[in-house]
Amino acid sequence: MERRLERIDRGIKARASGVFALSSWREMLYLSAPRLIPALGFLLLPLVLDNYWQKVLLSMAVFALLAISWDILAQTGMISLGQGLFFGLGAYCSGILNHSLGLHPLLAVPVAAILGGVISTVVLLPVLRLRGVYFSMVTLIIPLMLIRIIEATKIFGGTEGLSGIAPLPSKWVELYFILSVLLAALFGFRRMLSSDYGLVLKAIKDNDLSVINAGINIYWYKAQALFIAGSLGALCGAFMTHVYMFVGMPVFALDYSILPIAAAVVGGPGTLAGATLGAAILVPLSEILRGIGGLRIVFYGYFLVVFIVVLPEGIFHYIERKYHQFDRWVEVE
Amino acid sequence: MFFGTIIYALFNTAILAITALGFNLTFGISGIANFSYGAMYILAAYVSWMLVHLLGLPFWLSVFVSIAITMVLGALIYRFVLLRVRGQVLSEVIATFGIGLGTLELFQYLGFVGFEYTLPVFIDDSFMIGDTVVDWQRLLITIVAGMLVAGLWVFTHHTRLGLAFRGIAQDESTALTLGIDSDLMGMLSVSMGCGLAALASLLIIPLGSISPSEGYDVLIKALAVCIIGGLGSTGGLIVASFIVGFAERFTDAYVGSQWTMIVSLAAILIVLVVKPSGLFGRQKELAERI
Amino acid sequence: MAEGPILKVDRLYKHFGGVQAITELSFELAEGELLGLIGPNGSGKTTAVNLISGFVKPSRGAIIYRGRDITGLAPYAVVRLGIARTFQMVKPFYQLPAYKNMIIPLYSPRVKQMIGGRYGDRDAVALDLLEEVGFERDSQVAYKSASVLPQGYLKRLELAKAIALKPDLLILDELFSGLSLAEVASIVPVIEKLRKEGKTIIMIEHRLKELFRIADRVVVLNYGMKIAEGKPEQVMETEEVKKAYLGVEV
Repeated sequence: MERRLERIDRGIKARASGVFALSSWREMLYLSAPRLIPALGFLLLPLVLDNYWQKVLLSMAVFALLAISWDILAQTGMISLGQGLFFGLGAYCSGILNHSLGLHPLLAVPVAAILGGVISTVVLLPVLRLRGVYFSMVTLIIPLMLIRIIEATKIFGGTEGLSGIAPLPSKWVELYFILSVLLAALFGFRRMLSSDYGLVLKAIKDNDLSVINAGINIYWYKAQALFIAGSLGALCGAFMTHVYMFVGMPVFALDYSILPIAAAVVGGPGTLAGATLGAAILVPLSEILRGIGGLRIVFYGYFLVVFIVVLPEGIFHYIERKYHQFDRWVEVE
Repeated sequence: MFFGTIIYALFNTAILAITALGFNLTFGISGIANFSYGAMYILAAYVSWMLVHLLGLPFWLSVFVSIAITMVLGALIYRFVLLRVRGQVLSEVIATFGIGLGTLELFQYLGFVGFEYTLPVFIDDSFMIGDTVVDWQRLLITIVAGMLVAGLWVFTHHTRLGLAFRGIAQDESTALTLGIDSDLMGMLSVSMGCGLAALASLLIIPLGSISPSEGYDVLIKALAVCIIGGLGSTGGLIVASFIVGFAERFTDAYVGSQWTMIVSLAAILIVLVVKPSGLFGRQKELAERI
Repeated sequence: MAEGPILKVDRLYKHFGGVQAITELSFELAEGELLGLIGPNGSGKTTAVNLISGFVKPSRGAIIYRGRDITGLAPYAVVRLGIARTFQMVKPFYQLPAYKNMIIPLYSPRVKQMIGGRYGDRDAVALDLLEEVGFERDSQVAYKSASVLPQGYLKRLELAKAIALKPDLLILDELFSGLSLAEVASIVPVIEKLRKEGKTIIMIEHRLKELFRIADRVVVLNYGMKIAEGKPEQVMETEEVKKAYLGVEV
């Protein structure tokens, strides 16, 4: 007896075009639950967690944001291997703004985010003219080179870094600041990517010549995507500077480049929600695995390879499908 | 001092060229950017070290064995990872990057760091040119680099396999219709790239000691040379090696060693602004062909 | 509208490495004309189109559009002036459904400038345009992913994407190749309608029979050079064209 898996959409009409025919609370809940659960979850979790896990939550939010930033770039066809560049630029900008100019952290963070976004866009602007791996290559080596430059020239505190940077007002401000940024970025950029503007960005990845042929300056759009992603990454760096009250060479380290990629790939590229989910899985997991220390990056590295080969769609696509469709085995004649 | 700087700049050029050669070869043939290149470089050195110190093999034999092991590993990576994600740039980049990072950090974790991790030089001797001390190892590297570049040129222009490589590089689907197996070529390209990384490693590492962080340095150098010269172009690779090689040594000698990395970074940024696809890059022209 | 040609190609040269693709190509195009660009394979037709649309920069020579020199202008800037083209090898966005493919040109600055704003409901406009080129509205074919559409529909999608840009000059690169007779017959009225709207059209074609029915004038290329120009029937009578097409040794 032959069988095959039949997939059937759950019965809410016209879901595809964003027009809903709702007839009951149940259906309302069905549609809103995927949005409400993460939103409420992130807002309520800090209240029930202890000090240690609050820190983990904070770091999860930062990595989720970095993964979202990576995913926005990947959606536009730019594969960054150096989220550490954005993170590091933001961290140093905010550190210098606070250390040298005495800017208040709550002001320094957004300013550093914009500044970091501008610098990374300007630095990477020439690479936008090229397709494919050039972007990956350049984003990979620039942060690694910056580490060595800071080390050798002793600028910005050199190997010592800049310490004594002002913290954010309280741990609650810290937590709710980054969590609300995460929620805003997640839902905001998800909406952006599903709008026609987002469609243009995705189309650049799909077929850039065809987008040019529609009279659209793809370099301008790529630069915009780069600025958005760069600012988001810089915001994370700027924020962490004030959490650690320190900024130094480690901000350009590969940790900040590899973990966001791992999160986005495990969660599922292309949805942003996948990136967040990936971070929500990997960051606590790596806390649990803290005992193995340096082996974590080894683990991420190989884990990434397995995932990209075996399950390139990521976990989120799977969950999404299960949520919107149910499947059953049917007999085939 | 000036004369000595020139000699050492030449050596530096040869080291850069031989470092970048494998990465460039793989990309030139199959369009795969092998981000695990630095890891293969370090892996070959450790394998050789272990063969010498744990199995007591003579160094020259360990060189052949470790190059062979690295090549097989490259072939396996292609066969079991890259083949499955062929053509998807995102997956190719992430897969090789993951392998490279995982391997380098594994060595780091296993604690393969320290002064005892060194490889012997082939000829432990030096001589004087004027008032500059020249060691045979660096001279050997320069000679091998020259021979490899010349050999690769002959290989790609005058042998069947080399011509097949160039065919794949120019148009994969046309090459397929002519009976060239592009999967086999891809596998060979990655394998040979890894083999060249191993060769470079076993020539250069004896000048210092083995450490995982060297793997990142090698990747930086190889990428820098390829970006400046233009990916996949051997002529570009040589010119870029000269530019970076001389610029580094001369800043080192006359400005200060802390500026060498800035000079490389500046060179990359300037080249990217002036000619994004590198000095000899063909990327732009390919995009023009519709 | 100013008198004079809408497009003037003036002694254009292009070589790729050592290969001379276009040699001293000149022709003019009057407003509302339908010009056929024909020639054997490899005669430089597509290169000529790439040069006009800005995808390839000429080695020498000039392209004048409505009295303005557009030589060396970026392709997207050329489109904004009102020159739209299709690709011989169709270039849809395979990840998107057919009607979402239309959103990209509808989002174009060219469209914004032509209608003085953005369309409110771009999806609806997209479906209308697709229906015009033969995506039957009741068949749901417009909602299918571009990756599963047959060649005939992909070609029509390519045409619809160009029409969506509201061009003054439309360049169709081998629109008919790979299509069945019936499919060609169904697209010809679309082109005739565009002509009635006053659009100027350049068609590159191998299907001479179909082309000659609608073309006002043809230019024949061989080895990158113009070897004949004139009314379709007359051109085919010249010695050189016969040689080029029938392969008679010179």
